[in-house]
Amino acid sequence: MPQGDYIEQHYKRNGRRFDYYERLRKKEAREPHKHSTKAQKSLGIKGKMIAKKNYSEKALMKKTLKMHEESSSRRKADENVREGAVPAYLLDREETTRAKVLSNTIKQKRKEKAGKWEVPLPKVRPVAEDEMFRVIRSGKRKTKQWKRMVTKATFVGPAFTRKPPKYERFIRPSGLRFTKAHVTHPELKCTFCLEIIGVKKNPNGPMYTSLGVMTRGTIVEVNVSELGLVTPAGKVVWGKYAQVTNNPENDGCINAVLLV
Amino acid sequence: MTMDTVDAGMGKTVMCLLTDPEGTNLGSAMYIPQNAGPLQLTHLVNNFLNNEEMLPYSFYVSDEELLVPVGTYLEKNKVSVEKVLTIVYQQQAVFRIRPVNRCSQTIAGHEEAVLCVSFSPDGKQLASGSGDTTVRLWDLYTETPLFTCKGHKNWVLTVAWSPDGKHLVSGSKSGEICCWNPKKGELEGSPLTGHKKWITGISWEPVHLSSPCRRFVTSSKDGDARIWDITLKKSIICLSGHTLAVTCVKWGGDGIIYTGSQDCTIKMWETTQGKLIRELKGHGHWINSLALSTEYVLRTGAFDHTGRQYPPNEEKQKALQRYNQAKGDAPERLVSGSDDFTMFLWEPSVSKQSKKRLTGHQQLVNHVYFSPDGKWIASASFDKSVRLWNGVTGQFVTAFRGHVGPVYQVSWSADSRMLLSGSKDSTLKIWEIRTKKLKQDLPGHSDEVYAVDWSPDGEKVVSGGKDRVLKLWQG
Repeated sequence: MPQGDYIEQHYKRNGRRFDYYERLRKKEAREPHKHSTKAQKSLGIKGKMIAKKNYSEKALMKKTLKMHEESSSRRKADENVREGAVPAYLLDREETTRAKVLSNTIKQKRKEKAGKWEVPLPKVRPVAEDEMFRVIRSGKRKTKQWKRMVTKATFVGPAFTRKPPKYERFIRPSGLRFTKAHVTHPELKCTFCLEIIGVKKNPNGPMYTSLGVMTRGTIVEVNVSELGLVTPAGKVVWGKYAQVTNNPENDGCINAVLLV
Repeated sequence: MTMDTVDAGMGKTVMCLLTDPEGTNLGSAMYIPQNAGPLQLTHLVNNFLNNEEMLPYSFYVSDEELLVPVGTYLEKNKVSVEKVLTIVYQQQAVFRIRPVNRCSQTIAGHEEAVLCVSFSPDGKQLASGSGDTTVRLWDLYTETPLFTCKGHKNWVLTVAWSPDGKHLVSGSKSGEICCWNPKKGELEGSPLTGHKKWITGISWEPVHLSSPCRRFVTSSKDGDARIWDITLKKSIICLSGHTLAVTCVKWGGDGIIYTGSQDCTIKMWETTQGKLIRELKGHGHWINSLALSTEYVLRTGAFDHTGRQYPPNEEKQKALQRYNQAKGDAPERLVSGSDDFTMFLWEPSVSKQSKKRLTGHQQLVNHVYFSPDGKWIASASFDKSVRLWNGVTGQFVTAFRGHVGPVYQVSWSADSRMLLSGSKDSTLKIWEIRTKKLKQDLPGHSDEVYAVDWSPDGEKVVSGGKDRVLKLWQG
């Protein structure tokens, strides 16, 4: 490659050869022929690469040509007459068809039967038994290991009395017993400290529900009489479900979101 | 006159003052015996006004209709006898339409759902448009099909008769407008193109502004309204300005075109150059329907309940006379029904602020319609009720409940005494305005009822819907 512009300077000062433009034109005209002989004669991988490049260029060219053709020709809007004619005032509206309404009602009935409800935390991490319980050794020689102590937050009702120590298998320590929860209303975005009435369902199993263990994702029933909610029939609502959103054993308090 | 003699010894009397709806008093306050009912008051008013024939009147005391003798009314409402009782009298239509109660014929013929039906202004011809792309004309005397007009490429969404009954125009989903000769059932010329999307409404220029009828305006989903001339067969003016679909268009009696659109505004246009005069804002959602207080008179032109035909040069005068009578001294009123569950009552020539907001519906308002005498407004809504409002003040009167599905369309009888509603639950119901109750239930359709119309001469009612048949009902 020339280092400098002495070549350009030469033809700027002295002009080009007399047949320069003619020769340039002819050379460029030979270009497609040369390209095609190269493409035909090349063998092996080189030939394949050239063929692939040629093909992609051809496809691109076809696309651009078609695009140009589209804009120049005027095509009649081909609208087929569809079924289900509706008058003008219903045209822009998506009306749920009767079939859809029926299938929706069936789906809802199925959901209710299965007991699957829409909750803010649909899935929670499962808690293993050895995480939930700690083995308590008892007996004179501390060899009996049939007692278990719950390591998570629990709720026991106000009328709770311990079973006789000889017979109680699950120990719920009073330090981990909670009576109140901080419940947030999802729409109003304000939090109230409400009393817990009971544990409705623990996703980890019915045993934990019966023990009253509250882990993340548990549905509890809280006393909402302070909020002053009234049903459409006129009755005062005093209990509502809420779902626990934190890990109470780590935080020392129960945070829940109200299920409206 | 024996009515107003003070007979202190005989029955008790009460001091009354008769006023007309605009407020002018008829004579001065006078003593009326307490056993005088609406009939006696009618005699009284006729005498005072020196009417040649006995015209029927209805009486209202503080916006409530007076149906019982004055004395009973006083007792019920505990009105003091000392005060002067103001009784407003309103003239009712001279003729009385017989209520429709039976289906006289179920005519099949359309191959797809019937989307729109319309009687001609003289009530002698019937046209219907359907999803099978045809417009069909029906013979009312034999109740059989007359002509099948083919020419559209897609569903026929609206049909409109010219007020002199000589032209029929229909708009389709592909944006084309076809003009038909109703006598022969043939297409006149070729379909008019111009709109790019489907036609939502057609309205003719009133006869009293130009006779013979030449111009009509159409509204479309593409956001503009066009004024066409049927003799030139082309679009004269294009009224563009709306940003979303124009859902309804009405040509007012004072020569102004009103267009309501999905962009929540109503625009008023003048017709010589197509300029925007005013914009009426207020709604929060799509405007579904517009109605003018003189709409019925504009639609029927020179034809009235007598059924007389007029030669062309007299038509304009007669139409003007009818229009002035219907309009009265007050300016034309416009009511618009919207998806935001409310309606607005406007006096568009006076101000661009609405006169009143009519709330009460619990779902979108699909169709609003003034009564032929302009005294009532009926609104059909998807909340299964039809509501009746006072046509002058916009005050709510009553809600007619009875339908079990969204109510699609309403239609008035020519004497303004009865209201017809067609709904998705496949029934039509006739409501009586005087008693404010259901008069007649007309079941019989097997699927949704999309379009209803009451003939201007009051003889027949036609309804068409998804079950592809046209039903004619008679009294």
